[in-house]
Amino acid sequence: MTRFLEVVRRDLRLALRQGSDSVMVVTFFVLTVVLFPFGIGPEANVLERVSAGVLMVTALLASMLSLDRLFQADYEDGSLELLVLTPAPLGMVVAAKMLAHWLTTGLPLMIAAPVLAVLLHMHADGFVILLAAMALGTPILSLIGGIGAALVLGARRGGVLLSLLILPLYVPVLIFGVGAIDAAVQGMSAKPHLLILAGILTGALVLAPWASAAALRQALE
Amino acid sequence: MVPAMTEQGSSIFSGSGLACVRGGRVVFAGLDFTLASGGALVLLGPNGSGKSSLLRVLSGLLRPAHGQLAWNGEPVADDPEAHAARTHYLGHHDAVKPVLSVAENLRFWARLHDSHAGRADRAVETALERFGLSHLSSIPGKMLSAGQKRRTNLARLLAAPSPLWLLDEPTTALDRASIAALEAVLAEHRAGGGMVVLSTHADIAMPGAVEMHLDRYSVAEDLP
Repeated sequence: MTRFLEVVRRDLRLALRQGSDSVMVVTFFVLTVVLFPFGIGPEANVLERVSAGVLMVTALLASMLSLDRLFQADYEDGSLELLVLTPAPLGMVVAAKMLAHWLTTGLPLMIAAPVLAVLLHMHADGFVILLAAMALGTPILSLIGGIGAALVLGARRGGVLLSLLILPLYVPVLIFGVGAIDAAVQGMSAKPHLLILAGILTGALVLAPWASAAALRQALE
Repeated sequence: MVPAMTEQGSSIFSGSGLACVRGGRVVFAGLDFTLASGGALVLLGPNGSGKSSLLRVLSGLLRPAHGQLAWNGEPVADDPEAHAARTHYLGHHDAVKPVLSVAENLRFWARLHDSHAGRADRAVETALERFGLSHLSSIPGKMLSAGQKRRTNLARLLAAPSPLWLLDEPTTALDRASIAALEAVLAEHRAGGGMVVLSTHADIAMPGAVEMHLDRYSVAEDLP
């Protein structure tokens, strides 16, 4: 457990000192969402209708931006070999890196989302559910994205390949995330959608670190 | 000065019938070795003869295509984490993060290897001193020269105790004084019951080390 926290702390420290990744992700999120009112016009009812979808799709794309750095930097400077050779299960080390990734990208996105929801005239009933859907959805993005990041390690143009691999897997998060918000806005219960998201998160928590550990071993062979 | 070994008593690290295949080519085959506490193995051979591959096999990064490794008679593959705990692997890359200071870099690896934080921190101080890095301890990694990075990576060996050291050309980019420091550290490690396997093209004084010429284990290309 101390090893787990040690890896999280190191990755957070690296992210804070380098700084650019988190800022870039949030800036991308904000700028892209702001583009929509320009693109589809300022009518409040149109914006309100698309607000949930726009926020979720953009958050998903933003979270993907920083994914290829998850293992790439460690792979290039040899740290990854040493991380694989630590006397701790590799799945645990990977889970720690995914947690650090979520703390530096998913969490800032979650905080920025309600502000942007105001901009898109989202109905007030949707705000709490938006936060809940983001809280359940963004960790899934980091977990599933981690598998992709491990798989494309060492490939040329890994970033593009990564998006092709990962985007289809993000579809369930999108469907149930947007479904939850729409249900809340229309006065129905968002609970079933959120429960399914929680189920996906639980499954990903168990499977994703293990799968990406296997992919990392393969990459280092 | 070298920290006490985690596993007391004498140990034997051995491999039998090891073979390695890289990109469809057999790099070496039928390789056997036995290494006891205090022993050293120097891997020699031309470029591409499989020195680095053998070290990666010994560390557990690479699965041997054939043969097995054993520690005190028990197969290493049964418990890779225990093998990782008793091994330090030093590869071509120095694994020094540009935005972390020398001491922070070392402290991370030491704590990851030896989860007792207080002991790890003390060992880091000693390790920095041994490789003449004390005055650089708060300098960020990006300011270091190639030789200083290599020394930081070498200091990792002392920052957390492990009986088996696998060093892939450790003298790259080192000056004479640092090579002498490394030789002293290696001698102390072996005197304390540690084992060393290293590959090198340079002269490095290792009294009593067994030399292994890897080109003798190469397989002719046209064999079926």
